[in-house]
Amino acid sequence: MSALLQVEGLAKSYGGVHAVRGVSFALDAGTILALIGPNGAGKSTCFNMLNGQIRPNAGSIKLEGQEIVGLPPRAVWRRGVGRTFQITATFPSMTVRENVQVALLSFHHKLWAMVGYAGAAHRPEADRLLALVGMEAQAERPCGELAYGDLKRLELAIALANNPKLLLMDEPTAGMAPKERVDLMRLTAKIAREKGIGVLFTEHDMDVVFEHADAVMVLNRGELIATGTPEQVRRDPQVRAIYLGEGLLYDAKHREGSAA
Amino acid sequence: MEFLLVQALSGLASAASLFLVASGLSIIFGVMRIVNFAHGAFYMLGAYVAFTLTDRFAGPLGFWGGILVACLVVAAVGALMEMLLLRRIYHAPELFQLLATFGVTLMVEDIVVLIWGAEDLMGPRAPGFTGAVTVFGRLVPSYDFLLIALGPIVLGLLWLLFHGTRWGVLVRAATQDRDMVASLGVNQKWLFTSVFALGVFLAALGGALQIPRTTVSHAMDLSIIVEVFVVVVIGGLGSVTGAFVAAILVSELNAFGILVLPKISMVMVFLVMAVVLVVRPWGLFGKPEGTPRAAAGLSIRPWRPMSALERMGVAVAILVAASLPVFAGNYALSVGTEILVFVLFAASLHFLMTVGGLASFGHAAYFGLGAYGAAFMVKFLGAPMELALLVGPLLGLAGAVLFGWFCVRLSGVYFAMLTLAFAQIAWSVAFQWVEVTGGDNGMLGIWPSKWASSPQGFFWLTLAIVVIGVGVLRMLVFSPFGYGLRAARDSTLRSEAIGIDRKSTQWAAFIVAGTFAGIAGALFAFLKGSVFPENLAIPTSVDGLVMVLLGGIETVSGAVIGAIVYKALAIWLMSKTELSKLVLGGVIVVLVVAFPKGIVGFLEDLRHRRRRPPAPDGAGPEAAGYVAKVEAAE
Ligand SMILES: Nc1ncnc2c1ncn2[C@@H]1O[C@H](COP(=O)(O)OP(=O)(O)O)[C@@H](O)[C@H]1O
Ligand SMILES: [Mg+2]
Repeated sequence: MSALLQVEGLAKSYGGVHAVRGVSFALDAGTILALIGPNGAGKSTCFNMLNGQIRPNAGSIKLEGQEIVGLPPRAVWRRGVGRTFQITATFPSMTVRENVQVALLSFHHKLWAMVGYAGAAHRPEADRLLALVGMEAQAERPCGELAYGDLKRLELAIALANNPKLLLMDEPTAGMAPKERVDLMRLTAKIAREKGIGVLFTEHDMDVVFEHADAVMVLNRGELIATGTPEQVRRDPQVRAIYLGEGLLYDAKHREGSAA
Repeated sequence: MEFLLVQALSGLASAASLFLVASGLSIIFGVMRIVNFAHGAFYMLGAYVAFTLTDRFAGPLGFWGGILVACLVVAAVGALMEMLLLRRIYHAPELFQLLATFGVTLMVEDIVVLIWGAEDLMGPRAPGFTGAVTVFGRLVPSYDFLLIALGPIVLGLLWLLFHGTRWGVLVRAATQDRDMVASLGVNQKWLFTSVFALGVFLAALGGALQIPRTTVSHAMDLSIIVEVFVVVVIGGLGSVTGAFVAAILVSELNAFGILVLPKISMVMVFLVMAVVLVVRPWGLFGKPEGTPRAAAGLSIRPWRPMSALERMGVAVAILVAASLPVFAGNYALSVGTEILVFVLFAASLHFLMTVGGLASFGHAAYFGLGAYGAAFMVKFLGAPMELALLVGPLLGLAGAVLFGWFCVRLSGVYFAMLTLAFAQIAWSVAFQWVEVTGGDNGMLGIWPSKWASSPQGFFWLTLAIVVIGVGVLRMLVFSPFGYGLRAARDSTLRSEAIGIDRKSTQWAAFIVAGTFAGIAGALFAFLKGSVFPENLAIPTSVDGLVMVLLGGIETVSGAVIGAIVYKALAIWLMSKTELSKLVLGGVIVVLVVAFPKGIVGFLEDLRHRRRRPPAPDGAGPEAAGYVAKVEAAE
């Protein structure tokens, strides 16, 4: 059986700087894969290539055996890839529910309809998605006034609107309180396992990573330096050398390293 | 062959001033991210002040000294404007900055007439460059050679300034990364003011150097600013080299366009610009822009369809309007009809600008095309009014299909500049193609059918069409299409990631807006019985912008209210003062600085403040820039 997502030799450089090089991995349906690494390691660049936002210089990305390199984000999305952004991207001029409704309208190919009130479309489905992430009580609120943690949950609801096979989550819990982080990742893991969604996520909180990930990949300066179960990765000497051994404050140090 | 060479030389000479003005605009944009619409006004001021000074002080020293002092004076005026006006709006949406600097342009136009009079002025010849040189048996003014040399010299001086001085290094750093400069502890205010002054100095120099070549007139600001926009769109905003190359390109195209297509020479420029935009949307030497700032974004109160009560209110208002012919006189009715026409025009612009987030500075193009479409139907095909009203707007639609395809490739200020440039191209075709459009004389005798020929009849007809038109636009706002459009406006990233095709959606919105503007234009043609190039000129576009802004850019019904108030005010003002531009420009500036939410936005705020105090919880870090207000409205 072929994997849900099969990545071979992915590479991207910016004016001589290798943001990502030679990244290869596979992800099966229903599994949760963590991509970790210091700031500037190339994690966001990987996500942006996977959903078509930027075009890789080399490499192949196969979704259920089909090549998706070169497709625009909207076409990748149509094939069942949902994503959340490191810095949340939502529609601040709409209510929370309308944010989800737009995604649903798009999923049902109805965004070109010029008659009918969009605010009444797919309400039950939108409310069900909001309930899934615990946002049903805030459905009527303007999205622009939500707290950051709530925005992250709303993003998850939007990302689930197309019934994705694959969920890409770039730092889904960044900027959230510790308790919120754990809750959101538990929720995500639960949804993913129930629906058999493959999840690729990045996360700085190692407790969260080791609690939920089936497998962990470590990216450093654009290259994968370790892949395995959380336990294997935790014990990998190279990974320990890069940052786990030094405690948790690895960000600042490695930002200097990657800028060079 | 020789003739072509001489023509090329003349093109090069014209390129000098164009380059000076465009490089000033580019430098300012690079550091401050502001497109200074008033740049054309500073160019014009440079010419006028130089005229006065060189007139007063004769001799070579008097002439060249006069030019230099003129530029310094105008640069000081520019610095003053930066300190008094721009500092207040650096964090406002781009649209507001464009509008505020346009307001200044309008004011300057009237001030110039006040000081120097409305007549064109002939400046002195440049001492030492009064003769002509024979090139291949043809005479070329020696002053042209001076200008041709000047372009590269200024380019070199600017390069030295930016690479050889500490100030220049700072400016380059600020252009690359603005946050970095702030963190270097550089006095950003001072840096901005000095950069702005330099940019204005260059514009003024461009104008001052024109006085030996052409007459000084109070319309030279708009013609240069459009050319400059074309130059920076082709060359890339923020790049001085791009401005240089594109200025030469555009000037040569103009010089040779006259030979190839004498009637519609602007078409050549249009074609080249189109090619550049398709291949490199950010210009030949520009850099791809980052995520654009939203055109709207002051309030976060989501829109709602009207409640039953509000619908009743609207129905009553329509009934009142429909009963107007019973008691109003003919003059009042024709004013009322004109207001109605502009209600539809403003509503169509609102759809593009507020719902679509695409601030067009050339929406009059589609209004005018609709008007000309109707006129062509009547004049060339002898069609009756009914048919002309149906078919005429299709010309607006066709224009929107063509121009819109290019425009939606860009966003933010680039979009605004390109729409303006296209509108100007449409205008110049209407103006130059005398055989078809009648040129400056327009087309006369576009009268309604008999049943609608009385002021009452035409008022009712217009009211019916406008009510339906505004109703359809409003329906679109709340339709799935309208939501997709708003989604693309709110977040390009997110909308693309949920399957929305931004460009197609915005193109469709552009076409919708252009078509409804075309309907308004066709009505306008029958109201006035004539069409003129001014129907698609910049002032008409700006009227539309101000209507939307006055009503409230963030609201659904602001355009309607804004159009009524603005048009009524403008017609009344015209009858009261000669200085309508000064007043209008002042109104725009005040609106942008002090009253950015407009009438309807202001009323909504009042309503919400009264209903309940602002909730304490909520606003996340992303919302910090917004005025957080609770509850959904209107
Ligand atoms: N648009 C870009 N232009 C130039 N360099 C970039 C760009 N995007 C990312 N980079 C560089 O690529 C590297 C990886 O960045 P990123 O993928 O954002 O890392 P991460 O998400 O792991 O923190 C960094 O060195 C960053 O500076
Ligand atoms: Mg990242």
